Amino acid sequence: MNSLLPWFILLLPLASASVIILFTRRFKRVSSFISVATAVAGFVASFLLFRQAGPSAAPLTWIDFPGVFTVPLGFSLDGLSKTMLLVVTGVGSLIHIYSLGYMRDEEGQSRYFAALSLFMFAMIGIVLANNFVMLFIFWELVGFTSYVLIGHWFDRDAAAEAAKKAFLTNRVGDFGFMLGILMIWMPTRSIVFQDIEAAMPQTGLTPGYLTIAALLIFCGAAAKSAQFPLHVWLPDAMEGPTPVSALIHAATMVAAGVYMLVRVAFIIQASPDALTVIAWIGTITAVMAALIATQQNDIKKILAYSTLSQLGYMVMAVGLASKEAAMFHLFTHAFFKALLFLGAGSIIIMLHHEQNIWKMGGLARKLPITFLTFTIGALALMGCPPFSGFFSKDAILALAYQNNPWIFAVGLFTAFLTAFYVTRLLVVVFLGKPRTAEAQGGDEAPLVMTGPLIILAAFSVLAGFAFFAQRFLALPQETEVSAVVPALATLAMVGGVGLGFFIYRNRTGERFDIALLRHRFYVDEFYSWLIDSTQEALARLSAFIDRWIIDAGVVRGASGGAWGAGAILRLVQVGNLQAYVFLFGLGIVVLIYFTVFR
Amino acid sequence: MLYLIIFTPIVSAILILIGAPARKMALLGSVFVLGLTLLAFAFFQPSSRYPFQYNSSFPILPDWKLNFTIGLDGLSLVMVLLSAIVTVAAVWFTGAIEKYERGFYACLLFISGGAIGAFASLDLFFFYAFHELALIPTFLLIGIWGSGNRNAAAWKITIYLAIGSFILLIGLILLYESIPAGARTFEIAKLKTAAATLPPDAQKNIYLLLLIGFGILVSLFPFHSWAAEAYASAPAPAAMLHAGVLKKFGLYGLLRLAWPLVPIGAHYWTWLLVLLLLGNIIYIGLVTIAQKKLDWMLGYSSVMHMGYIFLGFASSNVLGLTGAAVLMFAHGISIALLFAIAGEVRKRTGTLDFEELGGLGKVMPFAGLAFGFGAFAAIGLPGLANFAGEIMIFFGAFATDWELNRFHMFQIATVLGLWGVVISAVYMLRAYRRVFMGTLNGRDKNVIDLRRSLRLPVTLLIAATVWIGFFPQPFVQRIAPTFRSYFNTPPPP
Repeated sequence: MNSLLPWFILLLPLASASVIILFTRRFKRVSSFISVATAVAGFVASFLLFRQAGPSAAPLTWIDFPGVFTVPLGFSLDGLSKTMLLVVTGVGSLIHIYSLGYMRDEEGQSRYFAALSLFMFAMIGIVLANNFVMLFIFWELVGFTSYVLIGHWFDRDAAAEAAKKAFLTNRVGDFGFMLGILMIWMPTRSIVFQDIEAAMPQTGLTPGYLTIAALLIFCGAAAKSAQFPLHVWLPDAMEGPTPVSALIHAATMVAAGVYMLVRVAFIIQASPDALTVIAWIGTITAVMAALIATQQNDIKKILAYSTLSQLGYMVMAVGLASKEAAMFHLFTHAFFKALLFLGAGSIIIMLHHEQNIWKMGGLARKLPITFLTFTIGALALMGCPPFSGFFSKDAILALAYQNNPWIFAVGLFTAFLTAFYVTRLLVVVFLGKPRTAEAQGGDEAPLVMTGPLIILAAFSVLAGFAFFAQRFLALPQETEVSAVVPALATLAMVGGVGLGFFIYRNRTGERFDIALLRHRFYVDEFYSWLIDSTQEALARLSAFIDRWIIDAGVVRGASGGAWGAGAILRLVQVGNLQAYVFLFGLGIVVLIYFTVFR
Repeated sequence: MLYLIIFTPIVSAILILIGAPARKMALLGSVFVLGLTLLAFAFFQPSSRYPFQYNSSFPILPDWKLNFTIGLDGLSLVMVLLSAIVTVAAVWFTGAIEKYERGFYACLLFISGGAIGAFASLDLFFFYAFHELALIPTFLLIGIWGSGNRNAAAWKITIYLAIGSFILLIGLILLYESIPAGARTFEIAKLKTAAATLPPDAQKNIYLLLLIGFGILVSLFPFHSWAAEAYASAPAPAAMLHAGVLKKFGLYGLLRLAWPLVPIGAHYWTWLLVLLLLGNIIYIGLVTIAQKKLDWMLGYSSVMHMGYIFLGFASSNVLGLTGAAVLMFAHGISIALLFAIAGEVRKRTGTLDFEELGGLGKVMPFAGLAFGFGAFAAIGLPGLANFAGEIMIFFGAFATDWELNRFHMFQIATVLGLWGVVISAVYMLRAYRRVFMGTLNGRDKNVIDLRRSLRLPVTLLIAATVWIGFFPQPFVQRIAPTFRSYFNTPPPP
């Protein structure tokens, strides 16, 4: 029954992208309508799918070498993928609608909406994939559409560089990911998750091998979910249009890494060492990004670093071996972070693409709906009870509390920092007096933009409550220690808010200037240096060798030797291509002589 | 039907030289061949027992058992299809030629006919002769119609490939001579049985000659330095045909002849091949990064990608070999697309220097889209053909000589090969960013996009790469039986 529904959900956005590219490139209204309609239809279909009990879909075969290597295009239809599908198509639909308003006056709308549809196709593919290769296919496609969307304004140098950087960083991660897939495939002879899970115990793999394989797979997730040390692309990716930042670089694509880790948790959990590494990487990312966020002045950059930080929490949860906690935070984060980005987008567009928070101020009165919804998102982000972020972050902190006091301490400190920088953002942007002319003339966004804000705000409040979240997720088990954790977390939050409010109330410029944080711990600088001193240096060296040694020396030497110096000199003097043509004729004659007449 | 596929290009070329209207005749001929090839592809029955179809044979010199024998199995079918597609695109992309227009079109068609003939020949003699027929016009195209330092480039490729062909010839003759006189034959299928009795030492020597001979033709490291310069100097259609199609002859020869005929030799020299192919992937990859001009960059990238095909070949299992064949097709399509667009960019801006280009996506959106397809195909984006080939190659190579919890040569080669995928993304995206993205050079404000008529061949190439990218199975189904048949008769110990 209904076995075509998953196919329908998957292929609908692809059809939309194809139609736009092939037929409606010139008609931007039609293109945007097609894209939005398919996104909403995808959400409705996902909802139907969600309501069905255990439907199945017939797989197709992409590549088939019977008995050796088979890549099916099949679906994992379980609670995990169905919920994720709802989040992706739901948040995706809202952002599609919002884009109608945000991109109204932009060039290249058809390209934008085609890429957005293509992104939905790829993202849905990741969610539904039941095997590694299919997952990898859509994984790369997500990276590609992200490249296209970040580089939407491709004539801006910054956007062009950011797009390239995002794709290349993800490529580095995918290098590890593919290798991890190969390392798991060979001993289990399967790429299908279920079969791997069944075959894993009998493989006889050493712990060392397993740890390496698990960490390599994590490498892919680290790039996609922007974890240290592969996080550098995400802040730059903010060069893309703001709805793209909301959809791809906050709610869905970056969550794909976490989703994948949850999907293959059985591999990662087979190696305790890998888990420890993953937990610490998540922790480091969380605190590092939060520290950097306190010193950023671009509203989107602040949100980008908060995304990094929150993803760090999710990865921390994965590393603490709790799929449930990771998915819970992913679920709530998708709503409030999309909300925050879209709110930022409506500020940015009303201020004619001003993104510096110090040039805003006093926007609460100008943009009441944006202010209200943004504040809800902000409260959820900083983990203020009873907003959704509180519950999901609490679940992760409780987990850390039980397992590793150091991680818990850092997590708590991060919560404090989060509250601090979010308060800074709120106070500087919305309170006080307008600091520039643009900030005075702003006007509230149209309904097509505020509508999604309101809906997302409602979910940002709701999503954390157990009665609501339970319908979609398996929630992590609460234990008796949990009374301490929420108390400490709330204390940290209040402390952060208080400090932020106290420092930034009535300020017109940044109070601190911490070079280390402003320069994002110099990671980008370090990478430029590293790439320049290794890859680029090697490339220059190789090019030099190729030109002056292999080409000039070896080739000419060898050719002289092979042909006999006299013959070649004579031919060069003849200086005529026909001589060579003749020579080839001669070659054929020689062939005939040797083979036929002997 | 196969006769028509092979001889239509050659006959058209002759007709053009005699006086038929050059462009129309060439287009007509190549489109006709493409149609026939697609039919042949559609009606091909994948089967391990009768790998060769559309067979035909007639004696030329009965006394010396020399027959003109042709036929297609999955491998050659795919190569012929590649030739047909790229020929149409290359001919279409040839605009007005200022001097010797007839000669130019005739040369293109001779290359095409020669390549198709070589792929379809089941007879050693014609296999070699057709390839020579295709090489000569390549030199002429570069030498007469090339740009830049065309004479030097033409000389270099000529000397180089002549040496390659010559070493190959010595290898083939040695092979022929090593077989007992009574069993000597040109027919590749019978040669296989006859060669099975060769002693290991003879196999090793023959294979080394074949590897180097064919390797030079495919720009195997360190015999690659003709390639980039030749492609940079060649007119775009010639670069499309040579890099896309003719260069694959060497790989085809290895897959068709060297590996099945002298398997012991092939096995013995695997270590050398792996070393050299890593030179292609890593070393040439780095050289490609350092290039400062688009045409050179594309030339080197094409050399680099041969490394992957060699990796599939070296892995010596059905998975890797099939992947190699699929990637041969895929690479041919993508590199033809890239050279075609690069040629158009040069026509319009007068340069391919990265420093002088930028932001062309604004004025040439279609060219930007097409180049994007080519570039992303080349770096193995799923959904485009190259990825399908690469993934089979990587899985195939990783499985070779597998031992639990250990990494041996092939596993390490796979790791380095995977790193090559990162390298190729670096140079392709860098090139795309420098040529099509960023600020437009004021000088290029009035550059116009591709004409409507040129969009058709571009679309043809894009459609081909998307087709295989989404549905590789029809290709796999047709190609795999050929390689499976290699394993059905295991080589004697």
